[in-house]
Amino acid sequence: MLGRVRYREMDWFLLGLTLLIALLGVVEIYSTTMNHPRFAGLHLRQLTWVALGLLLLFIIARIDYHFWLDQAPWVYLATVAGLVAVLVLGTEKFGARRWLEFGGMNFQVSELAKWSIIVVLAKLLGDLRSESPTLRDVAKVGVVTGVPLVLIAAQPDLGTALTLIPIAAAGVFLAGLRWKHAAAFALVAILVLPVGWFVLKPYQRSRLTAFVNPEQGTQGPGYQTLQSKIAVGSGAFWGKGLGQGSQNQLGFIPVRHAEFVFAAYAEEQGFVGVLLALAAYLVLLLRLLHNVETAPDRAGALLVAGVTGLMSFHLLVNVGMVIGYMPVTGIPLPLMSYGGSATLTTFMMLGLVMSVRMRRFVNL
Amino acid sequence: MALLAESKLSSERVTLLRWIVVALFVLLLTGFWQLQVVRSDYYATLAERNRIRTVPVMAPRGMILDREGRPLVTHYTSFSVVFIREYTEQIQEDLPRIARGLELDPDWLAKRLEDAAGQPPYQPIVLKDEATMADIAFIEAHRTDLPELELLLVYRRRYPDLGYGAHLFGYVGEATKREVEAQEYESGDFVGKMGVERHYNEFLMGVNGQRRVIVDSRGKEVQRLDRLKPVPGRPVRLTLDANLQRVAEEVMQGHQGALVALDPRTGEILAAVSRPAFDPNLFAVRIRQDDWRSITEDPAKPLLNRVIQAQLAPGSVFKVVVATAALEEGLFDKETFRVTCPGWANHYGRTFRCWVPNGHGVVDLHKAIVQSCDVFFYEVGRRLGIERLSHYAKQLGLGSRTGIDLPGEEAGLVPSPEWKQRVQKQPWWDGETINVAIGQGPLLVTPLQLAYSFGGIASGGVFARPHLVLNENEPPVIHRVNLKPTTVNTIADGLWGVVNEDGTARSARLADVPVAGKTGTAQLISLETLGRLRQKVRTLTDNAWFVGLAPQKNPEIVVAVLLEHGQHGASAAPLAREVIRVYYDKMHRRPVAPGAESAASGPGATPATAQAAEER
Repeated sequence: MLGRVRYREMDWFLLGLTLLIALLGVVEIYSTTMNHPRFAGLHLRQLTWVALGLLLLFIIARIDYHFWLDQAPWVYLATVAGLVAVLVLGTEKFGARRWLEFGGMNFQVSELAKWSIIVVLAKLLGDLRSESPTLRDVAKVGVVTGVPLVLIAAQPDLGTALTLIPIAAAGVFLAGLRWKHAAAFALVAILVLPVGWFVLKPYQRSRLTAFVNPEQGTQGPGYQTLQSKIAVGSGAFWGKGLGQGSQNQLGFIPVRHAEFVFAAYAEEQGFVGVLLALAAYLVLLLRLLHNVETAPDRAGALLVAGVTGLMSFHLLVNVGMVIGYMPVTGIPLPLMSYGGSATLTTFMMLGLVMSVRMRRFVNL
Repeated sequence: MALLAESKLSSERVTLLRWIVVALFVLLLTGFWQLQVVRSDYYATLAERNRIRTVPVMAPRGMILDREGRPLVTHYTSFSVVFIREYTEQIQEDLPRIARGLELDPDWLAKRLEDAAGQPPYQPIVLKDEATMADIAFIEAHRTDLPELELLLVYRRRYPDLGYGAHLFGYVGEATKREVEAQEYESGDFVGKMGVERHYNEFLMGVNGQRRVIVDSRGKEVQRLDRLKPVPGRPVRLTLDANLQRVAEEVMQGHQGALVALDPRTGEILAAVSRPAFDPNLFAVRIRQDDWRSITEDPAKPLLNRVIQAQLAPGSVFKVVVATAALEEGLFDKETFRVTCPGWANHYGRTFRCWVPNGHGVVDLHKAIVQSCDVFFYEVGRRLGIERLSHYAKQLGLGSRTGIDLPGEEAGLVPSPEWKQRVQKQPWWDGETINVAIGQGPLLVTPLQLAYSFGGIASGGVFARPHLVLNENEPPVIHRVNLKPTTVNTIADGLWGVVNEDGTARSARLADVPVAGKTGTAQLISLETLGRLRQKVRTLTDNAWFVGLAPQKNPEIVVAVLLEHGQHGASAAPLAREVIRVYYDKMHRRPVAPGAESAASGPGATPATAQAAEER
């Protein structure tokens, strides 16, 4: 199985886009951290993560994705076990347990969980032989997604937990969910939202109130959103130039090398730069959807669809947050935000896409 | 449903996802277009406001020096807490925290900001002066979440203790709302409100500068942009002599009244004291309500600068003016003219008493001045008439402002028939002329006017305008009155006799200094009324005057002393003597006697009722 495919068959266009965006990220991380006493040089570490991610991408691309599908139950069990371990043994930072210490490095298991859930759901939905999933199938998907979702939410990391939903939604939708069912689910989701308010923790609520009324408070989420918008807006059409953004360099943009990296990017590169970056993301997502169509089988297509759903959601929530369209969450921008776990997971997911891609002419 | 292959997915649904992705792209791009193109100017302004902070740099106020350059009014530095509205739009929410942190009354704070609502937002509003260490720590700790609070280095006035020179220096205070609206000053400026501080405010006040700095998100200064240097205020050098002023302050301690010493050759004020005094240091920051009330509601009116603002009847001191007028008019032959004083006289059908009940006997002009005979001057006054009396009084410096460089000088009053008709709508009654002739009646003078007038007469008609600021480059402003040399000599001899002969001011005598002068005791109630009242009332209502000079002709120094409720002019004389003594010790390089600068050391410095009683 390993020997039958060639790297020549990889989606080089997709890889090129990926590396372009990652490079934009590295450069902007350089700009956001160059004057920071502790974070200076972080762009080099990000570069290392990209290199490592690339290596993982090639390895996973080489492996037939059916291998992972066949191991889906174990992948799932391992993921759940890992998430439980985080809750029990995890390192606590900023009042949340999200990291497992692993040989001196902190690893965010929830990031890897995204990858696992993509595999598990592709297996689950790919095995369906009916034209559209029954409600029982949907319930199954719900449970399978729900367990890790609750575990991640308990860390607490609601933002990351919610990213599992678009994976499931994209999968169920593409698997042929009946329109009336889809409409019913959408309706239920809208109705459930207000109820969710009561299970939110105070800081989560304040983020949402700040989102509704962003001018409140000189600190906290409203302040962060405002400062991010000031950065973006003051960047204007042409941008202030790399390393020249005052909002960035003087520290007005919160977590500017990670979650808000796109605010710093928008300030320094302007609308022109934003257009370039968003266009790159758009083409990347369209290319992923193209790969959904060319996948050799249903499970393969669902794998790519899961990746597409997840990345679209990240893009919407993160960039939306930067311009004040979305509440403040810890969801990173794929390929641009600094972060080892997130970067590696993104490359691993693209590795799955490559694996599917390289086998598109293979008669399984 | 079209399927890509039997096992594959619906291509329509993939296409739908494509559109969703494109819609997502358009949505986000619209957002960026809004921020970066449509509203970019607005956000650029906000970014600049974040980044650049303008910190005012206060200019120190010029010092006030004495004639020898010794500092009298200085300054010290302290921090003020200011509120800068530019940095926040949600003032209201922060107020409770600010009030708690700085220990301010929340209502006062709210009102303070409300009052400033009309001013441009970059104008800092002072919330608290003399910030404590705790205030400074509070502000430093809340740089990020209360960026509107800022510390400002300011200069505060330091005035001499015990109210020394208080009325001369005046005090400073915040520019009033009206001055700010008239754009004379900016909000928060400290401007002179009284005295030299007010009159020479333009000189003393500097021009504030500002510093623009780049700050990071924690409010920490990372870079200086530019700096507009403050222009410090210029120092003002007074004509005051610190040594003389000190003696004057000390001899006036415990009295109510005024003392002014000037050099009649130039008009330079050498010392000036008004009592009771106030502590201008109370105003140097921001006067507390109760301090202000206790000063303004004090019946003794400590804010009144009695040197230029007390308008009182001069009493017998005025006889010098009457005598000068008579001599100039050639009213009588001074060698032969005599009046017999039996202790009273009858004019216009009324009896006028002399202050010596048994009378002075036969009195000539010299004796009349030396012993201050009322009956003599009744006669002179009657012969002169009110018109001429009034004319000379005005010529000799009374009834109008001297023009000293201090705000609020009063003009006094020299009555005339024309005045009475205009103000009281009544014709002049000749009996009033008799009262005016001994410095009573509606006649009002200030201590400064008396010093000015005496100086001018004794200098032969050369009246130098009194002033407080030393200007060596400009000659003094001189008002000349033609006086006959004989007139001046006669007056000078008389004044010398008051102190050195059998006069009313023997207590002003100095062994080797030709001190001259004239006492005055001004009644506030006429003698007739007094006769029906107990003696006690009289002592409560009389003001004691003494105007001393040395030497008696072309004097170097004139000292006018007013003691309110001072019983008799003789009680004021030793005070002037002390000032003259210190002046002579200093100017004529005599060795300073031990304790010469202490008021208590001179005999009769706390003058005696006994002495006054003896003269009556």
